[in-house]
Amino acid sequence: MKRLLAAMVAFAVLAFAAPANAQTPPNVLVVGQIAEPKSLDPHAVTAVNDFRILMNVYDGLVRYKDGTLEVEPALAESWTISDDGTVYTFKLRDGITFHDGSALNAEAIKFNFDRMLDESHPQHDTGPFPLSFFFSSVDTVTAVDDLTVEFKLKEPYAPFLSNLAYPTGLIVSPDAVKEHGKEFGRNPSGTGAFKFAEWEANAKVVVSRNDDYWDGASSLEAVIYRPITDANTRIAEMLSGGLDIMVEVPPDSLQQFRDDGQFVVHEQAGPHVWFLILNTKEGPFANKAVRQAANYAINKKALVDNILQGTAEVAAGPTPPAFAWAYNEDLEPYAYDPEKAKALLKEAGYNGEPLTFYVAEGGSGMLDPIAMGTAIQADLKAVGMEVKIETYEWNTFLGKVNPGLEGKADMAEMAWMTNDPDTLPFLALRSEAMPDKGGFNSGYYSNPRVDELLEAARRSTDQAERAKLYKEMQTIVQEDAPWVFVANWKQNAVTKASVENFKLQPSFFLMLQKVAKPQ
Amino acid sequence: MTAYIAKRLLAAIPVIFGLTIIVFLIMAMIPGDPATAILGSYATPENVEKLNRDLGLDKPLLQQYVIWLTNLTHGDFGRSYTMNRPVLDEVLERFSATLILAGTSLVLCSILGLLAGIVSAVRQFSWVDKSITFVVLIGISVPSFWLGLLLILVFAVDLRLFPASGMYAIYGGGDLLDLLHHLFLPALTLAVVATGVIARLTRTAMLEVLRQDYIRTARAKGVSENRVIYLHAFKSALVTVIPVIGIQAGFVLGGAVYIETVFQWPGIGSMLVKAISTRDLLLVQGGVLVVATGYVLFNLAADVVQTILDPRLR
Repeated sequence: MKRLLAAMVAFAVLAFAAPANAQTPPNVLVVGQIAEPKSLDPHAVTAVNDFRILMNVYDGLVRYKDGTLEVEPALAESWTISDDGTVYTFKLRDGITFHDGSALNAEAIKFNFDRMLDESHPQHDTGPFPLSFFFSSVDTVTAVDDLTVEFKLKEPYAPFLSNLAYPTGLIVSPDAVKEHGKEFGRNPSGTGAFKFAEWEANAKVVVSRNDDYWDGASSLEAVIYRPITDANTRIAEMLSGGLDIMVEVPPDSLQQFRDDGQFVVHEQAGPHVWFLILNTKEGPFANKAVRQAANYAINKKALVDNILQGTAEVAAGPTPPAFAWAYNEDLEPYAYDPEKAKALLKEAGYNGEPLTFYVAEGGSGMLDPIAMGTAIQADLKAVGMEVKIETYEWNTFLGKVNPGLEGKADMAEMAWMTNDPDTLPFLALRSEAMPDKGGFNSGYYSNPRVDELLEAARRSTDQAERAKLYKEMQTIVQEDAPWVFVANWKQNAVTKASVENFKLQPSFFLMLQKVAKPQ
Repeated sequence: MTAYIAKRLLAAIPVIFGLTIIVFLIMAMIPGDPATAILGSYATPENVEKLNRDLGLDKPLLQQYVIWLTNLTHGDFGRSYTMNRPVLDEVLERFSATLILAGTSLVLCSILGLLAGIVSAVRQFSWVDKSITFVVLIGISVPSFWLGLLLILVFAVDLRLFPASGMYAIYGGGDLLDLLHHLFLPALTLAVVATGVIARLTRTAMLEVLRQDYIRTARAKGVSENRVIYLHAFKSALVTVIPVIGIQAGFVLGGAVYIETVFQWPGIGSMLVKAISTRDLLLVQGGVLVVATGYVLFNLAADVVQTILDPRLR
């Protein structure tokens, strides 16, 4: 018995004796991630969490200009687009090598896209590549000469450039793919500001400085990404000094960090929109006045201020303001006006028919879906709309909503985060995008003019022209109210005060090349 | 004894395989599929179909199960689509982390529970007994994830005595001392409930035994009180307590799910939770197979120990 006690005391003493090594060393940045990455192969992943690593290890032909969602040159120093918008010719920067020492040339670019798109490519089996449809418009990729590469598209497709700036367009080393095959995702090699050093499963991913980076070497020696799935644990780790940066801080904890001089809170609105899909095919919402009434009845300001605690802004239309060039500044959000909502409902002859409302339990970009759903239910009840909530787990929810609401529900929560103003309306608001045609128009909205505008915007290669078309589309869609436009999420992060030059991007990517942490 | 163990092991095989069939069916029945989970907002029917084909999920359910089983006999657990690595690598790595955590907790709760139970029983109705009972009841009632967060708040955030999460320090460290340092809070949290249960049970069992005639005889013979309690009484009480420790091993494994999440311990519990929510069928199957086998072995060990202690069971 005494020996047992002695052993336990020894255990406790040993555990106490080890140093609480919570401080992070200078010039090494420790980032608290929300999950273990799936893979470091940019073509194989879909999660923003993984993109936060990948954007620092790889470059694409183009990238988003700092603080915007507009593209600028990256590995390609320039490009030309044919008049009919189907041929894109890129001139590559000279003298760039991958981290494994192989050269970046036109053949390497061709390899990247062929691997994803050509099912007979010898390395196609290193996939699957779930987002390869981002480039499904690509017909052929040709290496014209060592530093010139030409993409022939099947049809004009304006979002092509911003898709190239997306992580799915990042360029990997062909040699490394050939060497590691399916294990490339754990032995990545790119051209980015940091090169892969170590991946200890479920503990950390370490990347170290690329001294030869074409856009200037970082002052950081290394970045360590730590997966910490539980938000409370992430906060505790940040507070105890084990992290330099933490992303996706729960709204409840932001104030605590704001009040503490050791930390800096960063916020940035992104290309995200949170909305309610309304069933425009049947039931009360087939009537435009009822849809508008729902928009007036819901107190969006209260939702973003109280439930989301200021981590989002009120949305005005289907396009988030983060797409500054395409956003219609003249659009005013539907005001909170229950009286007007009641008048509209009366005019429409709505007599309190019960409505079914699909609410998600969680899910990507869904913020606080249950609390928001309940608040919306209360707002609608206040104007006489009787709403019955049905709550589902995220995957089940998608399985119910994506095939269309007909015969099941009148409204459903939804959120999207995209990289081009084309994506969401094209996939979810066109007559050609009904669920039975493989689209996401689960509320069956149809307006020929909107169809026309979206088709034209996709064919145009002139940004000013596209902007004009998107702005008109937003005005029409807001008026037609196929959705209740609720919120645009602001991404947040907390850094230690000693972290310099950190900035969140509207793309929601984490760019660390210029960040410094001298102490 | 060897024959007994072999028989029990053989009996466990259909149990474990029955379990994999049930898990396979449940995973197939719950709505949502891996392709939808991977694609999220981009899950158009067309994209889902293509990805399912790439993942080999377009085949009939029975065929998928047979393929899985055939591969299994070759030691191939398949490849996880969310972790993009062989299932076996991931599962073994995770399970050893869980074993370290759950094993330490089990030892911790057995020692603490038995001690508390014996002291309580020997000093029945004294203030020692009452305070132990009080503490033990609180231990049983407190939700372990909440206790874990509280311990993190006090010992990691405020006092900075222990790390808040992880299994090893992310730079330096990596030795046994570092492991113990990271292990202390999660192992303690995980042990609390089981300690309570074991303590309550030991107390009852000891009280029962201490009233027996042979104890009185031993005392009358002038055997020292320590010898009476620890040799004569405790040995008999242990026969009742051991199977409960076996059952607690199961609870500790189950409780590890919360604790691993709270302390970001890279164990199999947190892996299974994630695998289920992403519909990562092969990872779920591999994980369940290993956990179930572990559980069967734990219980078998408890039964064997009991048989050794209690000759009547032979």
